[in-house]
Amino acid sequence: MLENGSKFDLLQIKITGVIMEPFKNLTSKVVPLDIANIDTDQIIPKQFLKLLGKTGYGEYLFFNWRYDNQGTPLENFVLNSPLYSGRQILLTRENFGIGSSREHAVWALKDYGFKVILGVSFADIFYNNCFKNGILVIKMDKNIIEDFFTTTINENFEIDLIRQQVRINSKAFGFDIDPTLKSYLVNGLDEISKTLELASHIKKYEDKNKVSVESKSMI
Amino acid sequence: MAQTLYDKIWDNHVVYSDESSDLSLLYIDRHYVHEVTSPQAFDGLRINKRSVRRPDLTFATVDHNVPTTNRSLPIVDQISSLQIKTLENNCKEFGIRLFDIHDKYQGIVHVIGPELGLTLPGSTIVCGDSHTSTHGAFGSLAFGIGTSEVEHVLATQCLWLKKSKNFEIVLNGGLKQKHPISSKDVILNIIRKIGTSGGSGSVIEYKGNYISSLSMEKRMTICNMSIEAGARAGLVVPDDVTFEYLRGRVFSPKSELFDQQVDNWKDLRSDNGAQYDKTFSIDIDNLAPQVTWGTNPAMTIDVDSAIPSPDEYSMGNDDEKKSAIKALEYMNLKPGLPITDISVDRVFIGSCTNARLEDLIEASNAVKGKKVSSNVKAMVVPGSQQVKIAAEKLGLDKIFINAGFEWREPGCSMCLGMNPDILQAGERCASTSNRNFEGRQGTGGRTHLVSPLMAAAAAIAGKFVDVREWV
Repeated sequence: MLENGSKFDLLQIKITGVIMEPFKNLTSKVVPLDIANIDTDQIIPKQFLKLLGKTGYGEYLFFNWRYDNQGTPLENFVLNSPLYSGRQILLTRENFGIGSSREHAVWALKDYGFKVILGVSFADIFYNNCFKNGILVIKMDKNIIEDFFTTTINENFEIDLIRQQVRINSKAFGFDIDPTLKSYLVNGLDEISKTLELASHIKKYEDKNKVSVESKSMI
Repeated sequence: MAQTLYDKIWDNHVVYSDESSDLSLLYIDRHYVHEVTSPQAFDGLRINKRSVRRPDLTFATVDHNVPTTNRSLPIVDQISSLQIKTLENNCKEFGIRLFDIHDKYQGIVHVIGPELGLTLPGSTIVCGDSHTSTHGAFGSLAFGIGTSEVEHVLATQCLWLKKSKNFEIVLNGGLKQKHPISSKDVILNIIRKIGTSGGSGSVIEYKGNYISSLSMEKRMTICNMSIEAGARAGLVVPDDVTFEYLRGRVFSPKSELFDQQVDNWKDLRSDNGAQYDKTFSIDIDNLAPQVTWGTNPAMTIDVDSAIPSPDEYSMGNDDEKKSAIKALEYMNLKPGLPITDISVDRVFIGSCTNARLEDLIEASNAVKGKKVSSNVKAMVVPGSQQVKIAAEKLGLDKIFINAGFEWREPGCSMCLGMNPDILQAGERCASTSNRNFEGRQGTGGRTHLVSPLMAAAAAIAGKFVDVREWV
């Protein structure tokens, strides 16, 4: 569907990015971003929130950490190191994605090429936003993440969503994920379609709570 | 079983739950929309030929992008202008009520919702903005969502949610203090103590005699910054203060219906013996005014102390120590420097945290008859047209203008600098907003979060002052 290059498909991707591709197992090395409490203002600064699409944000990912004020890439930032280019897993610390609800942060990570984010903990809104866009977020214990940073940065990480495992060499690390979120990723499901199938339940709720709902109606 | 207020609101809104999942489908009573996080959601509806299920429960305004200068002039920034125009077109196409840039009810979405009586107790409220937690001050379950969820709510008026934990924060004392402190100081102190992830996965219910003693506007400041502690929502049990605030508002239920609703709202309280997953309590007595020194809102200290060292701040946590070192470098501050020795270049009084009438009155108390320091550029951005009108009736505009402040049109303004109101690199700002993240108010800008009184006093003195000794 995406490969045929028809004008219609390209238009869809560009404007909305609504096509949720099923998440496939992948093997990649990690990009180590060794900072805790990263907020979404750092992931994608405010000036890029004025754009109207869901794509094209990748080159602005971590903009203020990645470029100087002339727009020149800063050598000491991990995304600018040739060693890490093309890697699809972001390895981070605790409390990633705090602050603003901007989904642009996820669109930027996705557009850049990240498919998995691995860390100790994540802010609630950011976590949800990732799954809506087909990005797998994996939470692991602090000591395991510490171990990844110190010993396995240049090893291949095999991400197996079905078995809920990260495998490095022959060692497997399990992770938890809500079964519904997992099924969305595995099947690439459109959540709105699923909810619309429950339209009769929504109608029933509205009828049952007519006074409460209608008292808020303003048209 | 004894239930919390959160449990009750949750149960009242479950449309469907599926045994095999932690997620339930919840009905959303009120959806606020603004220009920045909605265009992609409306595009999604169009592409999939979907409509908005309940345009009558949906309200939009423009706030993030709008210039705060003369509204009769065209918007210079073409990209901002296009985003604002896009919201106008989307609201027209989908039949949504929009308070546009020229509307007498325009303002920051979290200021206008309550002041128009759209935010009601016991409701579920969402908006594509993390500070939606503000509306929890009314005993409504209110939280920020991403754009995909905005699209989902537009199409279905529902959301799939995992139930959060119940977190109780008890605020005691503070009633007989010699120097009244701001509710901004209280929430900054809470975040400082529980951290930016202290509330993750939880809904915080604020309790105790301090919160009951507060006006609605002061409660909103506390709920507003719940998200900075990682909690998606904050809650306060609605009481007579809440009901009297709402009575007679433009969109509040009218006369008999209002009284009926009040009877229902009175049941919105946590039962005796309700279980909380987490409890935390603080004593407000003797709380000092708070000032942030770093690059997240947990990096906060008393005004009468000094910048902490990374070791003092991190208390053995290596990740936090690294964050503190990075923050001090960005903020260009050294451990040991007294807060009251830090001079400021800019002062911003505004944002969904602190741009309501009481905030402006609080700030004006430090300004009356004084002049802004010659080294400082200061501005006041009222939270809404209605706040601006009310403030001007009290003559606050003259107090600020005579002192040398700029008096602007309503919007988010320099809280996040999406419009022309930004800090220049290296500038230091005393700000009544909610985030001191790197570059938040402008690339390279340095933000210190404070109360309206502290910000106003800093504008006059040209540096931070302890307002307990100063006013």
